[in-house]
Amino acid sequence: MKNAVGREIPDDILRALGKEPFQGNNYKNGVPFRRVAPIIHPVMDNQHSKLVKDIHEALVKCKAHSGMTVSFHHHFREGDLIVNMVMEEIHKMGLKNITLAATSLGKAHDPLVPMIEDGTITRIEASGVRGMIGRTISEGKLKGLAIMRSHGGRVRSLMTGETKVDIAFIGAPTSDDYGNLRGIGGKTNCGVLSYSHIDGDQAEYVVAITDCLVPFPNFPAHISMTKVDYVCVVDAIGIPEKIATGAAKPTTDQRKLMMAEYCTQVVVNTPYFKDGFSYQTGVGGASIASTISLTRIMEERGIKMGFGVGGLTKPMCDLLDRGMVRVLMDTQAFDLDTVSNVINPAHHRISAGAYANPFNKGAFVNKLDYVILASLEVDVHFNCNVVVGSDGVITGAQGGHPDTAQGAKCTIVICPLLQGRIPAICSEVTTVTTPGESVDVVVTDYGVAVNPNRHDLLEALRKADCVPLKTIEELRDIAYSITGEPDPVEFEDRVVGIIEARDGTIMDVVRQIKKCDPKE
Amino acid sequence: MNPNMKRLRRSMMFLNCQKPSLIKDPYVYAPDSIMLDLEDAVAEREKDAARYSLYHALQEIDYRGVERVVRINGLDTDLWKEDIRCSIAGGCDAVRIPKTETAKDVQLVEEAVLKAEKEFHVEPGRTLIMAALESARGVMNAFEICCASSRLFGIALSGGDYTKDLQTTISGTGVELMGARQHMIIAARAAGVQCFDTVFTDLNNMDGFRKDVETIHAMGFDGKSIINPRQIPIVHEIFTPKQKEIIFAEKVVREIDSKRAQGIGVFTVDGKMIDIAFYDGAKRILALARASGVYKGEL
Repeated sequence: MKNAVGREIPDDILRALGKEPFQGNNYKNGVPFRRVAPIIHPVMDNQHSKLVKDIHEALVKCKAHSGMTVSFHHHFREGDLIVNMVMEEIHKMGLKNITLAATSLGKAHDPLVPMIEDGTITRIEASGVRGMIGRTISEGKLKGLAIMRSHGGRVRSLMTGETKVDIAFIGAPTSDDYGNLRGIGGKTNCGVLSYSHIDGDQAEYVVAITDCLVPFPNFPAHISMTKVDYVCVVDAIGIPEKIATGAAKPTTDQRKLMMAEYCTQVVVNTPYFKDGFSYQTGVGGASIASTISLTRIMEERGIKMGFGVGGLTKPMCDLLDRGMVRVLMDTQAFDLDTVSNVINPAHHRISAGAYANPFNKGAFVNKLDYVILASLEVDVHFNCNVVVGSDGVITGAQGGHPDTAQGAKCTIVICPLLQGRIPAICSEVTTVTTPGESVDVVVTDYGVAVNPNRHDLLEALRKADCVPLKTIEELRDIAYSITGEPDPVEFEDRVVGIIEARDGTIMDVVRQIKKCDPKE
Repeated sequence: MNPNMKRLRRSMMFLNCQKPSLIKDPYVYAPDSIMLDLEDAVAEREKDAARYSLYHALQEIDYRGVERVVRINGLDTDLWKEDIRCSIAGGCDAVRIPKTETAKDVQLVEEAVLKAEKEFHVEPGRTLIMAALESARGVMNAFEICCASSRLFGIALSGGDYTKDLQTTISGTGVELMGARQHMIIAARAAGVQCFDTVFTDLNNMDGFRKDVETIHAMGFDGKSIINPRQIPIVHEIFTPKQKEIIFAEKVVREIDSKRAQGIGVFTVDGKMIDIAFYDGAKRILALARASGVYKGEL
């Protein structure tokens, strides 16, 4: 069946998953649902110790079994040691058919590939997958499906019970012996534990893993002992230099600076740019440069930001330190400056649910005026693809892309016209991950396109005459005039991955890549 | 006269022909001219490959109105004639002669250009020439070089080699370039051609770059050679007339036209004394503003 973004979703997939095709952003708006409640194993005995001697004991006590679902967060990013550590133990125990429900997976988790090939891991649920696991899924080696959800969509999925986590493993920079967890302190400081809040709420068993046990109570706790079953102390939970690095040096690439300037001009010449506006941006060179040039104009015009939200970087923290933004709402700290800035009383930690869950009674993203995003591909319908490379291989993550894009009043996607020799502005994206109805403005190095549904923004930018305006089709045509129109990527029939929309409907499917025949 | 002789050339950006990623779409940065380099930037054993890239780039890429100048190898090499054939066959707009020392150098290139134009059926005279002066001798001969060919649209200082020849180095203050700059701009204006300044290589010193551009702008140069697109916005900002200047120039032109009809020679505009001597200057500002895309008036 074709969905609202024109993607064919095979009926057998819809049937097998009990899902509907995507039917538009607000299809589930106001539709009531019952939140599932987890099984709780209460602790009343005051002699009970939550400390276990190793991961193995934790797994045994949590009744680890074949076919179970285990979950992890990705606050340690490419420095994460927890997923591999736990999965190795599960592998040693000979358990099979595991669903790995991580908030995101990266290159740090390449060692899991043999466990996919031998059937230990047969299903993956994540915001996205980078590195060798992505390639392994695309090659059809995962027995079951990979389900890719946005950060908000993941929280929804745990709340509705679509994802039932048997054991959640929460890496914590500090913990006490009763499971009060904090994202700061210790040797693997990551600042916040936002992605794990929902796992603490919904998983049957919750195991805290730390390399820094501190005296009780470790307060104020970011995840409370009331949700934690066991605490396991290990030598190291992460590689600090890969968790958060120094702030990215502002880019000197003129192409990125140009796109940043276009982006800033779009922001300051649209109606939401007024005192108290809200803003989210990413970690790319152009996004950071745009925040810096935006700051200059805010100062000139005496405009202050009401709140900044999402994954944060130094330029956003600088705004806070200089009194240019009232509060920051933090779900992820991307650099060391941000990690250390969380001590600022106006720098608040929020859960991924508060940030982006579409099945909340309203999430932070709904209050965004502007979000600046990137994309691997954007098509002439303004659909974005942030997960599947133009070679058809799973290589990225949805993250908060679809959540913020839908939530923000003005969603700006920065995307160079060409990624190497591949046109990034194209007729049809390889895979739809964020629907075009969420995307308002596309900024490229060749010009800026406004979604024709946003007459108001188009009018404002025309009047301001501040950026080279083009239609999205014109941008596509320029790209194709340079590279030629690429042939579509060839896939096998087998569906290996699902791109789930925020509301749990199916946005698109990812198919197995076709093997290249070197003789051809 | 070739209509491109006096075109706008505030920024002339060097690009290494050995690197396709650089020459594929430099027009996005909107320089006035690009200088596709076959000379110093290209390794000796890559000269053929660079020519190949150059030819196909000139043939295939729509540079969207940006002038395409090719810097050929020096006349003291056995490469320059083939460089010219390749450039003309590709359809370049101009050839830049490095290390020019005499009028004869320009004439040699002019002959080779004409020969290549005939060989590749390019309209004779279409291809312009510019000369880079890179030695004390070249600078001393600036005027005769400027007058050497009707195709020659301008001369450019090449500071690196020139300071070596002077037995000094680039100091960052510009003091070592002062004489050459002053001499060259006078020679170029006397001959009625354009004059361009040398590159500024310290990309970490954007303030120094700005000062350098302000200096040569004040001296009367038409533009500057640049090595990085980041330098373009600064050059254009300094070389493009400001709104205040444009409004004043408009007033001057209108007032002179109207007072002339009334038989008045000297009068004031915004409190400044104006006479016919200001007319050409004001017209030039408006022409520059129009070429730079910031003036759409009828004067």
